[in-house]
Amino acid sequence: MAKPLLSVAGLEAGYGDIQVLWGVDLEVAEGDIVCLVGSNGAGKTTLLKTISGLVKPSAGSVRFAGEELAGSGPGAILGAGIAQVPEGRRLFRTMSVRDNLLMGAYLRKPSDPSVGEDLDRVMQMFPRLAERARQDAGTLSGGEQQMCAIGRGIMSRPKLLMIDELSLGLAPRAVELLSESLLEINRAGTTVLLIEQDVLTALEIASRGYVLDRGRVLMSGPSAVLAEAPEVREAYIGA
Amino acid sequence: MTRVLPVVLVIALVAALPLLGDNYLLRLGTMGAMYAVMALSWNVIGGFAGYPSFATAAFFGLGAYTGAILQGAGVYMPLAWVAACLAAALFAGLLGLAILHLKGHYFAIASLVVAEVLLEITTSWTSLTGGGMGLNLPILRISVDAQARLFFWAMLALASLTLAMNWIVANHRLGFGLRCIRQNEDASGMVGINTTLYKVIAFILSAVFVGGAGALYASWVFYIEPPDVFATLTSVKPIVMALLGGAGTVLGPVIGAVLFLVMEELVWRNLLEIHAAALGILIVILIFFLPGGVLGLFKRRRKPAAPSRPLASAEAGR
Repeated sequence: MAKPLLSVAGLEAGYGDIQVLWGVDLEVAEGDIVCLVGSNGAGKTTLLKTISGLVKPSAGSVRFAGEELAGSGPGAILGAGIAQVPEGRRLFRTMSVRDNLLMGAYLRKPSDPSVGEDLDRVMQMFPRLAERARQDAGTLSGGEQQMCAIGRGIMSRPKLLMIDELSLGLAPRAVELLSESLLEINRAGTTVLLIEQDVLTALEIASRGYVLDRGRVLMSGPSAVLAEAPEVREAYIGA
Repeated sequence: MTRVLPVVLVIALVAALPLLGDNYLLRLGTMGAMYAVMALSWNVIGGFAGYPSFATAAFFGLGAYTGAILQGAGVYMPLAWVAACLAAALFAGLLGLAILHLKGHYFAIASLVVAEVLLEITTSWTSLTGGGMGLNLPILRISVDAQARLFFWAMLALASLTLAMNWIVANHRLGFGLRCIRQNEDASGMVGINTTLYKVIAFILSAVFVGGAGALYASWVFYIEPPDVFATLTSVKPIVMALLGGAGTVLGPVIGAVLFLVMEELVWRNLLEIHAAALGILIVILIFFLPGGVLGLFKRRRKPAAPSRPLASAEAGR
C-alpha cells in the first residue's frame, strides 16, 4: 500500500451539544479511490465536512500530505489540496456554468493562465458543460449539475477530491457516466474519497471502503472483501 | 467611466439646489440624502450579501448619541461626525462577530432587538445621555439659511461617499464574494471564500456611514431623544427603499430613496389623516409588481456580455 495521503485519527466532531463523530480513524492512500458507506445519520457527511474544515473537530487529528489540518479554516484546507463536492451539488444557481467552474479556482489569481487550461480540461471531460457554458447553473438537469459540481471541485487542482453522494437522485445512465468520469479523474492522478448511498456502485468504483455506523468505523477493507461481508450484505444490500 | 460621469453630473446638479433658495426644498434634499445613505448602507449587507439586517436604527442612534455627546463636550463638529462613524463601525464589527452566524429570520430578529436594547440603555443612562429628556446640542452661531446649506451639503457629501463605497464594493473581489454568499453560503466556503470575514466587513460597511448620518442628523436638528433616533422605522425604511429601487445594485437604493421620499411627502401632504396606511399600501403594490425594483425593469433580459466577467471584476479589485 502506498503512503497515506490523508490520515484521520480519533476524530470527534458534532453540532453544538450533539456529538456525531466518536473517534473516527481512516486512511486514504495516494492515488486510491476510497468509499465511505453507511446508513442515514451515520456521520458520513459530518466526517467530510470536518475534513474540509466546515465543521470544527473537538478532538483528533487530520493529517494531509504530512501537514496537520485539524482546526484550519475551509480556505486553508482547500489551499492545501482538499476539495469537496457537497451533497445536493450546491451550485451558484443564477451564475453561469462557466462562472461556477471558475469559482473553483477562486484561490488562484484570475490572470493565472493555468485557470484557463483547467477550464478547457473540465469542458473536455464534460462536453455537456461546454455546450451549456453560458446557461445559468440552475437550469441544468440533475446529472449536469453534478458534473458542474465535480468540475468546480477539480478546478481547484486538488490532490484529494471528496464527493458527497455522487448518485443521489440521478438517472442510472447519468450515474454510469459520472462513475466513468470519476475513474478518469482518478487515473489522471487525483485521489478520491467518495460517499455513496448505493453501496454496490460505491464498492465497484472504489478499491477500499469504510463502513460508518453511529459515528464510528464499523469495518474497513478492500472493496471486494466488504462486498462479500455478511454484515454489509445484510445491512445495506439486502441479500 | 461613461457610466460614472452622468452620476457625478446629477450629484453636482443636486448640490446646486441652494441656488433655488427654498429652505423647504433644502430640508427635503437633506432628508433625501440621509435616506440615500441609509439605503445604500443597508444594500451592502442586505442587497449584496443577502443578510436582512434590521440594525440600521441601532447604528443611526449610536452615531447620533456619539456625535451629540462629543459635541456637548466641546469637540469640533466635523470631528464628532468622524468619531460617530468610527463608533458605529466598531460596534458593527463586534455585533457582526456575535450574530452573523445566524441566518434568515433569526438574523433579522437578532439585529432588530439591538436598537431596542440601545434604546433602553440610552433611556436609563441619564448622567451621560440625558435619559428620556433627550439631549440638546450646542447651537451653531450662523444664520438659518447658512445652516440649511451646510447640513444639506454635508449630508449630500456623505451620500456620495456611501455611493462610491457601494460602487467600489460591487466591482471588487469583496462584492463578488458577497454575491456568492447570498446565493449559497456553504458553497462559497467550499471554494475558499472567507465567509465570516466578508460578512463582518459587509456589516461594518453597512454601519459606518449610517453612524455619520446619525451624528449629522443630531447636529442638524439640535435635539435628540432615544425614541426618535432608535425608532424601528429607521431600520425598516432603508429596506423598503433598497427593494423599491433594486437591492443588490449600486444605483437602485438611491433611486428608491428618492422615490420613497417623494411618495412620503406627497401622500403626507394630501392624505394627512390616513397617510401611513396609504403609503403602506402603495409600497406593497410597488414591491409586488416590481420584484426587481425600478432598476429591475431595465435589465430584466440582460445577460452578462463578457463571459469572463467575474474574473475581470475580481481582478479589478486587486
